[in-house]
Amino acid sequence: MSVAIIGAGQTPFQRNCKISIRELCFEAFKNALEDTNLTPKEIEASIICSAPEYDKQRSPAALISEYLGLTPKSTFYAESICSSSSTGVRIGYSLIKSGLHDTVAVIGFQKMSEISSSEVQERMGRGADIQWESPFGTMMPAGYAMYARAHMQKHGTTEDQLAKIKVKSGKYSLLNPLAMHRRAVTLEECLKARTIASPLKMYDCCANADGASCIIMTNKEKAKKTTDTPIWIAGIGAASDTLSTTSRTNLTGLNCAIEAGKQAYKMAHIEPKDVDVAEVHDCFTIAEIMAYENLGFCKPGEGGKLIEESQTYIGGKIPVNVDGGLLSKGHPIGATGGSQIRTIVHQLQGQAGKTQVKDAEIGLVHNIGGIGVYGNVTILRR
Amino acid sequence: MTQVNFEKFGKISYVRETKVADFVKHLENGKIMATRCNKCGKLYFPPRADCPEDLSQDVTWEKLSGRCKLLTYTTAHFAPAGFEDALPYTIALAECEEGTKVYALLSKEIKENDISIGMDLQLTPLHLADGKITYELRKAQA
Repeated sequence: MSVAIIGAGQTPFQRNCKISIRELCFEAFKNALEDTNLTPKEIEASIICSAPEYDKQRSPAALISEYLGLTPKSTFYAESICSSSSTGVRIGYSLIKSGLHDTVAVIGFQKMSEISSSEVQERMGRGADIQWESPFGTMMPAGYAMYARAHMQKHGTTEDQLAKIKVKSGKYSLLNPLAMHRRAVTLEECLKARTIASPLKMYDCCANADGASCIIMTNKEKAKKTTDTPIWIAGIGAASDTLSTTSRTNLTGLNCAIEAGKQAYKMAHIEPKDVDVAEVHDCFTIAEIMAYENLGFCKPGEGGKLIEESQTYIGGKIPVNVDGGLLSKGHPIGATGGSQIRTIVHQLQGQAGKTQVKDAEIGLVHNIGGIGVYGNVTILRR
Repeated sequence: MTQVNFEKFGKISYVRETKVADFVKHLENGKIMATRCNKCGKLYFPPRADCPEDLSQDVTWEKLSGRCKLLTYTTAHFAPAGFEDALPYTIALAECEEGTKVYALLSKEIKENDISIGMDLQLTPLHLADGKITYELRKAQA
């Protein structure tokens, strides 16, 4: 293993953060650099990640790298919607592995309150194939709801099981001071909440948020000089699926996640049972259930049973999203992957406080862009 | 394929120009058309003018029977801008008997309690306000 994460930071995730995008990114950058003894001058390149439809600023990489004091170093923008910062880490990995740079910063951000709610509503419909699917009034919850419906039909997954994902998320949100929604939710509350896109109800869906994250990566030699607790990238997988629903061949799982997971496990020379703690992309409750199956934490169709048996709580077979996940933290699109990685880095460093999984040695991050379009799985080791 | 205006397709359309704009003309004539690659024989719906299998651009229009089965669905209670007046509406994915899939709304004549995965449906052209046109999935005639 030759590429390490030496710093991982994030801002609180919140609605209406009241500061500008450059200031948001500065907060996360400072927080990540404080894990190291590096100065901004030692960062050789920055990769700035967000979903551009929420940005007022054109080409945000220039603005942000200037504000962080990184000019004249190389900087550019990376985007794969909700998995943009995992894509950034993938690019950072290859920059370091190739020897082009020693140390790289990946900064993910999103200020979803930058644009008005009617502008948000207008953009929501254009996430699908705009020629053949958007004209029917689709949006993200509807896309995942169609997976939920098919999963329920094929595997007998229930609305109760979906709700139990949110109940777990709510429990752990109380232990995460940076989460947007810090509140325990009962099963009854989840089941009685208003429908967004059947069978998904309000608590089955994550919420828009403002926030930023930052991951500092470096090579083996520098890692040993800068920190006592480097976290190594052991496996990194990425894949895609069709944007159009009509071309999908699997309606009960995300093929891009299955493929990215296979690549990451192979590269890390491990099996799903070796993972001690995981962060999965729970933009909707059904997404977490499918992630259990797609990553091999259980057999296909048994994701509902896994949460039913509480196996993804701390103390269970495989603790998942013990920081509250997207469902409680909120989902500032470009910042989300970096936040997931930060959680796992802290777990492997033994710095996760009340949510520490004992002796965690291997962690996994599953970060998905769009409705199963961009799949990213990253395996980290201490 | 001649270029005509595609903007008539759908309640709100985001694409004006496309090589397959003739789809709208056929739809106005009551026909739902797919394309078939003359080189490899693959059938495409939604239609496309360029075959990625063999890079051929030699495709022919071919009429679908419209007979299909429901694969999955959701009833939306929130909508993107411009669709709010239609709420609630049911978005469906169905498999055509020709093997291609179609993404469309389920006709409002089908009550939510009567929807079941696997049910037979008929893909049918539908005229909308302002001269626009689309297709929807209706109950199959016995």
